[in-house]
Amino acid sequence: MADMTVSAPLATAPARPRARAVGCTEEPRWLRWTVTLVVLALLALLVVVPLASVFVEALRDGAAVAVASLSDPDAWSAIRLTLLVAAVAVPLNALFGVAAAWALTKFHWRGKAWLLTLIDLPFSVSPVVAGLCIVLLFGTNSLLGGWLVGNGLPIVFAVPGIVLATMFITFPFVARELVPLMTEQGKAEEEAALTLGASGWRMFWTVTLPNIRWALLYGVLLCNARAMGEFGAVAVVSGKIRGETATMPIMIEMLYNEYMSVAAFSMAALLTLLALVTLTLKSLLEWRYADQLAASGRH
Amino acid sequence: MTTRPGAWSLRAPSPLPGWGLSLGITLTLLSLVVLLPIGALLIRAAGIGPAELWATISSPRVLAALVLSFRAALVAALFNLVFGLALAWVLVRYEFPGRRLIDAAVDLPFALPTAVAGIALTALYAPNGALGGPIQDWFGVRVAYTELGIWIALVFVGLPFVVRTVQPVIAEIEKEVEEVSATLGASRLTTWRRVILPMLTPALLTGFALALARAVGEYGSVIFIAGNLPFQTEIAPLLIVIRLEEFDYDGAVAIAVAMLAISFVLLLLINLIQVWSRRHTAGA
Repeated sequence: MADMTVSAPLATAPARPRARAVGCTEEPRWLRWTVTLVVLALLALLVVVPLASVFVEALRDGAAVAVASLSDPDAWSAIRLTLLVAAVAVPLNALFGVAAAWALTKFHWRGKAWLLTLIDLPFSVSPVVAGLCIVLLFGTNSLLGGWLVGNGLPIVFAVPGIVLATMFITFPFVARELVPLMTEQGKAEEEAALTLGASGWRMFWTVTLPNIRWALLYGVLLCNARAMGEFGAVAVVSGKIRGETATMPIMIEMLYNEYMSVAAFSMAALLTLLALVTLTLKSLLEWRYADQLAASGRH
Repeated sequence: MTTRPGAWSLRAPSPLPGWGLSLGITLTLLSLVVLLPIGALLIRAAGIGPAELWATISSPRVLAALVLSFRAALVAALFNLVFGLALAWVLVRYEFPGRRLIDAAVDLPFALPTAVAGIALTALYAPNGALGGPIQDWFGVRVAYTELGIWIALVFVGLPFVVRTVQPVIAEIEKEVEEVSATLGASRLTTWRRVILPMLTPALLTGFALALARAVGEYGSVIFIAGNLPFQTEIAPLLIVIRLEEFDYDGAVAIAVAMLAISFVLLLLINLIQVWSRRHTAGA
């Protein structure tokens, strides 16, 4: 009995300063829980539930109906077109990103800041305005567009226009991933390679590319995700010709407006799955190679 | 293809090759994809003339669309500023099960095509939708086909920007700084106000600017949920598309130029605030 009366205050005594020590660099417990719950609830309502609803709506009449709607010839042509556009636009943007990052980070020259600003320009231009710009430059009414159509190479309302629009929207992604990383890496390793007698290309393939490969892949994944989903700019330049210039997002809009909800959501579910694959790969990269990716964390 | 070092006073001499080649590729693609198209827009606008442009922009329907677009984008970006900061803080500082998964979910709005987001949000928040129905019954508020619906779509697309710009900065804050503040007698609230927020301000502003720029021009996710009534829920990018479908190119160009100009001024303002706040915190 006597032991217990002594030990009881002893047990509580050391707990108090410890609680204080934690408290000084942390929010109170009730606040922590409230903020966490509110934030997670909002995230669920805004992001997770809508994502789930895509699949619920697509499978409303069963999986067979959903799959059948995707095997429609127009749906197939939309899927093929989306993959084709991404297959052309993404490598070109990767080439641009590497070239721009090389010129920007390995040399000192006047006008660098200007180039950086211009590369970011597509971020502040609405996709619809981007589409409009391409229509104005390459449309049949313009000088350049008229000449190109005359020579059998229509841009607007055709696949090249869709590729250009997609490239415009996704233009900064690869460069923005590479520039901070390559700035940090400096050029000592490349200079060492040259001193040891490597040619320019050999240096690039054996020194530079291995150093930037994960950040490059990361940028390509971001670029690809946006490229396959681009809607506003493509809606303006494509002319929305079913079976010819309708990409998957355009097809979703057309089906939705025709009240073909299951078909629209089936196509949406397929695009969502592609997006989820991209996201998984991106998260894996982030977890495994966090130190080799730029610490920028921006999009 | 390589430029002889020293031949060009524009550039400091460097032993590395490939300056000419890489700059050539960069400028060719940049011109073809971005600069020439934007140039075509500006030349067209110059051809129309300022008086005619202003007449189009100041017409009631266009003005209503522009005001709506920028107001909704500001509301959504402000909401994302607070929500994004809270989410980033929770993800970096608090431990809870499934944190990595939730961290990955933040990127969903970025990876998900806007048209998919648009129809998903509309199906969910429409009066007969799984969330829109109960919200209307309980609170008497319609979400889809009102400005509230536009806000939701814009919050959705802008969400990753603030989180992803602020998150790395929070991760880099040294806890010692907060401890010092606490030892000197500051309450947690004071530490937040005087120590933590000033450190996060530049990143917060960058995230805000990115979210705002994205929201102003957003089209795909908005047009489904907005209802698109002229003077009420018709956003400026949609009006550009409508003008184009009417082959009224000059009308479309005028709205586009107005959007570019206003975005430019807004981003410039945010940049100035950023410079000011950097100087302010450096001097303090």
